[in-house]
Amino acid sequence: MTTSGITPTPTGLTQGAATKGGIGESTLRPDGVLKVTGEFAYASDLWHEDMLWGYTLRSTVAHATIVSIDTAEALATSGVYAVLTYDDLPTEVRHYGLEIQDTPVLAHGKVRHHGEPVALVAADHPETARRAAAKIRIVYEELPVITDEASATAPGAVLVHEHRDDHHFPHVTHPNILHRQPIVRGDAEAAARRADVIVTGSYVFGMQDQAFLGPESGLAVPAEDGGVDLYVATQWLHADLRQIAPVLGLPESKVRMTLSGVGGAFGGREDLSMQIHGCLLALRTGKPVKIVYNRFESFFGHVHRHPARLWYEHGATKDGKLTHMKCRIVLDGGAYASSSPAVVGNAASLSAGPYVIDDVDIEALALYTNNPPCGAMRGFGAVQACFAYEAQMDKLAARLGLDPVEFRQRNAMEQGTIMPTGQPVDSPAPVAELLRRVKSRPLPPERQWEVAGGASDVRALPGGLSNTTHGEGVVRGVGYAVGIKNVGFSEGFDDYSTARVRMEVVGGEPVVTVHTAMAEVGQGGITVQAQIARSELGVAQVTIQPADTRVGSAGSTSASRQTYMTGGAVKNTCEAVREQVLEIGRRKFGTYHPAWATAELLLEGGKVVTDGGEALAALADVLEGEAVDLELEFRHRPTQAFDLRTGQGNGHVQYSFAAHRAVVEVDTELGLVKVVELACAQDVGKALNPLSVIGQIQGGTTQGLGVAVMEEIVVDPRTAKVRNPSFTDYLIPTILDTPDIPVDVLELADSHAPYGLRGVGEAPTLSSTPAVLAAIRQATGLELNRTPVRPEHLTGS
Amino acid sequence: MRVNFTVNGRPQEADDVWEGESLLYVLRERLGLPGSKNACEQGECGSCTVRLDGVLVCSCLVAAGQAEGRQVDTVEGLTGENGELGTLQQAFVDAGAVQCGFCTPGLLVAADELLERNPEPSDGDIREALSGNLCRCTGYEKILDAVRLAAARAEAAEEAVRP
Ligand code: FES
Ligand code: FES
Repeated sequence: MTTSGITPTPTGLTQGAATKGGIGESTLRPDGVLKVTGEFAYASDLWHEDMLWGYTLRSTVAHATIVSIDTAEALATSGVYAVLTYDDLPTEVRHYGLEIQDTPVLAHGKVRHHGEPVALVAADHPETARRAAAKIRIVYEELPVITDEASATAPGAVLVHEHRDDHHFPHVTHPNILHRQPIVRGDAEAAARRADVIVTGSYVFGMQDQAFLGPESGLAVPAEDGGVDLYVATQWLHADLRQIAPVLGLPESKVRMTLSGVGGAFGGREDLSMQIHGCLLALRTGKPVKIVYNRFESFFGHVHRHPARLWYEHGATKDGKLTHMKCRIVLDGGAYASSSPAVVGNAASLSAGPYVIDDVDIEALALYTNNPPCGAMRGFGAVQACFAYEAQMDKLAARLGLDPVEFRQRNAMEQGTIMPTGQPVDSPAPVAELLRRVKSRPLPPERQWEVAGGASDVRALPGGLSNTTHGEGVVRGVGYAVGIKNVGFSEGFDDYSTARVRMEVVGGEPVVTVHTAMAEVGQGGITVQAQIARSELGVAQVTIQPADTRVGSAGSTSASRQTYMTGGAVKNTCEAVREQVLEIGRRKFGTYHPAWATAELLLEGGKVVTDGGEALAALADVLEGEAVDLELEFRHRPTQAFDLRTGQGNGHVQYSFAAHRAVVEVDTELGLVKVVELACAQDVGKALNPLSVIGQIQGGTTQGLGVAVMEEIVVDPRTAKVRNPSFTDYLIPTILDTPDIPVDVLELADSHAPYGLRGVGEAPTLSSTPAVLAAIRQATGLELNRTPVRPEHLTGS
Repeated sequence: MRVNFTVNGRPQEADDVWEGESLLYVLRERLGLPGSKNACEQGECGSCTVRLDGVLVCSCLVAAGQAEGRQVDTVEGLTGENGELGTLQQAFVDAGAVQCGFCTPGLLVAADELLERNPEPSDGDIREALSGNLCRCTGYEKILDAVRLAAARAEAAEEAVRP
């Protein structure tokens, strides 16, 4: 084998050099250069001398008893170093999970979903590992599959977790119900009697996949002390560590984790994938083991967005005021719990949307089934609800003869509105304004496919390059939607982040090093960390250390929380560093100028300056021979658990809001949709990096567009097998499917948050789906209660 | 088997290549050129896009043996001799077209081929040319911006050298 050129190794990990810019500036990503040259080391690029390749054998059936597993032939294959099954696990801790430890490291006795990991192989070539895995003989005895609420709760239904006696949630009425959260406030029955119109609707939300492009991958390197070093693409290093170490039987200090390059996440990397498997193989073989999922495996290697069935009833008076809301949201959690309990809490508490409704009767629940496990994905439970309540708003407006935007604005929540959970919204909630902004934007010109001379640019038509129409049956529709998402971890969770900041003089210049365990998954968090450090400490040079477990937890890169939480941690730690720097300055130079004792002092442009702008000392002189190095935690204000019967409680930290207007053109003959424009307005509190904020909003919008018209994991209802685990059959939007996405950013500060900022990443994923659906309904006059919309739904075939 | 081919202008040879190995695997795992990415290995995402004798291909679908004696150009070849970024690379950074960046190398190779063929592409041309490259993070708007920016910068540079 020849090796030449650059070989990425774990030590080659770097976040790149920081560029200029403080908060509020569109500072460029420090990792951008490495990413455009191809040098950035993603998890699947890691390489180690003498490494082996790991492979995971997965179940081909959804629900079965494992009668026997025979690994002899696989193990005898030349080039194979290890074959592991459940029986080879080193300790009695054989399950893991984010909230409930019910996921087996390797299947034991039973498989509960298609694609569940059953055995592991390590070999000297990935193909050798795959071929050896194919020689493992497993005898399954198939069991009936639970695939929906009816089969889950039918009398005598098979239990997905037959030994479930934990009853974490005592009000849960059936062991196949994973979690249930009612919310009752006011008197929905009585309020319904005041309604002039009542509309009901049943909605179905398909199973969406995160479909991040960088496959699940990592490299586990056995260490001399009996521990293991793991380089991996993840969203939360410390949560992984907490789940991995007990299974390996190692203290956490002997499992050292470093974040490798992450190719997108969107919630799909919150649960473990290859982490424990890679470590087990490395510890067993004594060699470094790399595991890289292919796309087929990736569809089984992470949880998906919960598919949902939603039933809603809303009432309103003639003058367009909502009277009440009742809803029931059934989420399919699949075979293992993942973060389903929290998803249920979100779906329930945000089920009324950004509207004032005093009287509600809400129930949300998640089921255990034999479908693929579902958990975190961008928008986390709020997405499914938004799809349904926004359809209801349009129905009500139509029944009342009101403009759909006008109707929403009349009921829009604002600062001070009480949520269904009883929690007041205590920061700006510009719902009506966001709608006004998307509505007042000029519409894109009609029939844009007509080019001069009468010809058609088929690329701009529904069906695009497939050249299916020249505009004959094409009609346009416009639709609106708005949504509310919580930011950060809710329901009393002790959510915190840690930052270590070091300030010293190197080569005569003051430099700052920031070290956190925050997973940069593409969102731009490292850019923002450097911007904060530059702003707070007045230095040009900031280096961001690679994220690892040598520093305290940063919490998850999810729930739109990292700029708030790790940004907040960096800010607070910088403030403490600044105090110490000023202390040193006073000690060294305080006698030279009275302002040291009397004035408000800042660090700016590499100097200590008074608030009047007078420079007192160069930081290089203050810090000469000394370094300030601090590690501190940051917490947001505490939240409460929701009451399990009434759903009351101050459960959320912060809310974020986004509105969309979709313009679509539909070929009514073939059922093809072209989204022409998808305009968004969002309140971000404070845009720390406007360029990244807009990038996040456009990306989130596109994922919502995807689930509106194309994305769905299709599970066979009879066998619970996944039918489309490939990019051939699971479609995500291409650049031809994605329209212009103009973005209007509002900055209404939240006084509780660092810099007044609001989490950005998720809100745009909520409202883009219902906006597209509303536009298609307007174009076609069809009811369309399911997402994604497929051609057959539009042509009635 | 042994495969000899030229990568980014440099002769390369890879030994012990198994017949089923893709060009993508050989570039990444045997030649230490991991710039071309492995998002699907099914020919669907374009993250592995390289040029084979100038023509865009998904290197995950090309058997390594098919590259014998031919020229392969990868994202690594877009960077100048002294490490300076090419116009397109710089434009992707400046426009904010890179988030997780996993799609970026494939998009850069495809966009480079487009601009070589069509230095002043319309938005429709850009969308058509890049429609084989999936990006899950950006929503594509900033990728369009980047290609437009690179085209404009190349045009300006051209004008600057004209007498
Ligand atoms: S990796 Fe080759 S097309 Fe996806
Ligand atoms: S930037 Fe992540 S896939 Fe394009």
